[in-house]
Amino acid sequence: MAKTPLQFRHNGRDVALFVDGGTNLLVVLREMISDVTPKFGCGQGGCGACTVLIDGDALLACLTLAEAVEGRAVETLDGIKTGPNLHPLQRAFAEGFAAQCGYCTPGMLMAAKALLDKIPQPSREQVVEAISGNICRCTGYEPIINAVLAAAASLRASA
Amino acid sequence: MPVTVKTFQAVSEAASALSSDRAARYLGGGTLVMRDLNEGDVSIATVIRATDRTLQSIDVAGARIRIGAGVTFARVLAERDLAFLHPAARSIGGPAVRNMGTVGGNLFAPAPFGDFTVALLVLDGMVALQGGFGVRDMPIEEFLQSRDRQAGALVVAVSCIRPASADAFRYRKIARIKPKGGSVITLAAHLPQSGGRVTGARIALGSMAPTAVRAKAAERALEGRPLDASAISAAAAAAAEGTAPADNSLASAWYRREVVGVHLRRLLSGQES
Amino acid sequence: MLELRKDIFADERDDNLNEIGKGTQRQDMLGHVTGTSTYFNDHRLQGMLHLRVVRSTQPHARLRRIDTSEAERSEGVRRIIRGSDVPRNLNTLLSLINFGKDDEPTLAIDKVRYKGEPIVAVIADTPRAAAEAAAKVRVDYETLPAVFDVEEALKPGAPVVNETYPKNTFTYHDRYDHQKLRFGDVERGFAGADHVLEQRYQMSPIEHAPVETNGAIAAPDTNGRYVVYTSTQALFFSLDTCAKILDLPSNTFHFIGGTVGGGFGGKVDTLTEPLAILAAMLTGRPVRYVLGREEEMQFGPPRGAERIYIKDGVMRDGRIVARQIRAYFDSGAYTRLSSYAVVKCAAHLPGPYTIPNVHGDIYCVFTNRTPATAMRGFGITGMDFALECQMDKLAHLIGMDPMEFRILNAYRDGDMKAHRREAKNTALIECVQVAAEKAKWPIRDEFRRMSSRKDGGGVRAAVPSTPREPAQPRSAPAQQRTSYDRGLSAPSQPEPPPPPPTSPAPSPAHGATRFSSVFGTRRR
Repeated sequence: MAKTPLQFRHNGRDVALFVDGGTNLLVVLREMISDVTPKFGCGQGGCGACTVLIDGDALLACLTLAEAVEGRAVETLDGIKTGPNLHPLQRAFAEGFAAQCGYCTPGMLMAAKALLDKIPQPSREQVVEAISGNICRCTGYEPIINAVLAAAASLRASA
Repeated sequence: MPVTVKTFQAVSEAASALSSDRAARYLGGGTLVMRDLNEGDVSIATVIRATDRTLQSIDVAGARIRIGAGVTFARVLAERDLAFLHPAARSIGGPAVRNMGTVGGNLFAPAPFGDFTVALLVLDGMVALQGGFGVRDMPIEEFLQSRDRQAGALVVAVSCIRPASADAFRYRKIARIKPKGGSVITLAAHLPQSGGRVTGARIALGSMAPTAVRAKAAERALEGRPLDASAISAAAAAAAEGTAPADNSLASAWYRREVVGVHLRRLLSGQES
Repeated sequence: MLELRKDIFADERDDNLNEIGKGTQRQDMLGHVTGTSTYFNDHRLQGMLHLRVVRSTQPHARLRRIDTSEAERSEGVRRIIRGSDVPRNLNTLLSLINFGKDDEPTLAIDKVRYKGEPIVAVIADTPRAAAEAAAKVRVDYETLPAVFDVEEALKPGAPVVNETYPKNTFTYHDRYDHQKLRFGDVERGFAGADHVLEQRYQMSPIEHAPVETNGAIAAPDTNGRYVVYTSTQALFFSLDTCAKILDLPSNTFHFIGGTVGGGFGGKVDTLTEPLAILAAMLTGRPVRYVLGREEEMQFGPPRGAERIYIKDGVMRDGRIVARQIRAYFDSGAYTRLSSYAVVKCAAHLPGPYTIPNVHGDIYCVFTNRTPATAMRGFGITGMDFALECQMDKLAHLIGMDPMEFRILNAYRDGDMKAHRREAKNTALIECVQVAAEKAKWPIRDEFRRMSSRKDGGGVRAAVPSTPREPAQPRSAPAQQRTSYDRGLSAPSQPEPPPPPPTSPAPSPAHGATRFSSVFGTRRR
């Protein structure tokens, strides 16, 4: 049965594999290259748990056909640390109690990173907008919004 | 059997592949087709894609604005000449969905989705369809009425007019969740005025029928009249006429019928929702 | 921000504790922010198969025929599981603590009782192959009248939803169709009241909607056992439930869980583990069974619907003198945990108020809706919504400030509660005072000076004389057996001993671990 060759960059490393037709990027990441940081929440674009960056834009891995990332750069939560050092967003989430069950956290962090990469000093409204496609059922959005703003402040301080 | 993915360069080839295979679906941004595949919809055996750059073009030079079917809402929002469509584009999904969802795909989104189409419907929107005999234009309203039978045709672009004035075009999506959620009702109105009277009133509603629909009784209530309290009241009273909303988890059909007039009144009189 | 008001609760806590009262980091936080916390579905096992369930499209129907022949021939299919393959295809969750009768099959055999009920499980090489085969399963339904409303379900002639409970009500202590609370004489209370207010309240089912859907991965282990990665919120409860359904000693299974992507009560029902394990047993391969979002919404259990009637007698000076409550909990088609929610609800009446005459009747009712389960304070939350709406209406009726009205009626230390326990450590008055202060809601000085520790007890500590009701005639056909019953124990004894036995219940026959009490499940 025919499989399609697929090459893309994953957190700065090249990967090459063969996929079945109709496979989505979330399955490729989680089941074929063992990056389980993006989560399955709905498969419908309703929850944001599988949010990844593709060429810098936040996209939903579960709704992305694998073939569509041919030659593109995919970034997940697995790639945002620098060596052993947490990204300022990760630090701010940890310090601000912005994760409870932790399941929405990878998508939330990637949605926030997409924002800060483009708008390093966002307003509160911009943060709310940036995570408006990401559902959290336990932490509550306040600590998450505050953590993103705290991360932006720490990026400013270190700039 | 796994799904077969066929990628074409030219839209014409994609269109002929689509029309020759009943189990084929055209994949635009993925927010509809991938969702169905993820839910285990086995009626989809073939996925058709096209890389044609014309699908990504935005043409604002002519009298009518033309937007390629593959243009995402994020790109609409990045286009200053499309500012009048920004409220509609911004009301859809979160940033990730807007980076994926396309103007063309929105035409096929079932209620309670398809908000962008509601806006196009009042701006004399047309759909450019690639069929076996080339490209033909069809009014959006006609397209929506026959949407289920359009499976074999490929939408290559949509077009619409610019609003007569900034104030003449209004759009509002009513959702329960802030900053945004699925549509309880989506409303759009285009109300050009001449000599203090509304001429060519267009009002469209989303989530009030399986597809976006025009509220023709409400349009008639405004036509040729000044946009005053009595005309607005008449339009609000007629808002639900001809609609067929459904019950869903966001609102019941009864609720939608009850409040559509309230929201239309607020939209027309410039009140907050 | 957490704030302990030492001015009010001076003796409540020592200030010299090292950990309590101090902020501390969660031990799983680093895993969460790096995406390395391991949820059940983060395990990849070699040769894993995928399980998909064919679900009822009907809320209530007889199953005339289930034809899986075409599905069995479908590409990539390893095995089809039917109800007859399940060793003990009838269970109720709280049977582990001997509470309730087995009433729910893992896979329906001859009848379905709610839309979404599992009928057949398909195990295949890929999710797509499982979906294709599932679409080829033919189910021939003979639709039956369905009932979706709790009060309709109790009317004579209503469709019998669940033949284990032919009256559409759960059976308490082998004979009672509801939970009763009797304290004083409400009729006398109403007769002497200045006003009587009766109102109806209703709450719809609420879906937990965890971002991680329910699921499990089961795999043959190297030692003849099965390892099970699961989203369950109640690991040993799920393990014992599987032991019972699969009729195996519980040490056959090694359950691994604990990192749960949101539960809120919706992951205690052991929905996926039994079939995942059975599939692993029948195929000899790892099997994953994870609900899609639509399945989670349709088949995943919600907080149940409730309908509540409250009738109160109140005096012009603000005292509530009688409260009568009739409530119906919608259990859906099977028991799950609603039977226990009703017990909790009855114990909560009449809310945190001292009322001399209280009368409660709480029913656990079966309808053709998705079975309901635990959710954050279930049994209490909906009732409190109704009670507090009622409190506002009563205050309005007599022209009293709603905050002061609550303070006046609040229970105090030493008061007798309606279920005949003395109230201790009460703090409603202080809570209302602080809430009023924070909301800048003016309350009069005399109410600001009231205290939970003053003016309680005394006459308020007495158990009022409570009229006895004539004994109910024994409901003879409580165990009307039908062809739908599967594996039920022998019919109940002809004459069960009267009222509630509090003596220890006998050990469950299947030998599963016993929990200490009905309340063993409360830490949700």
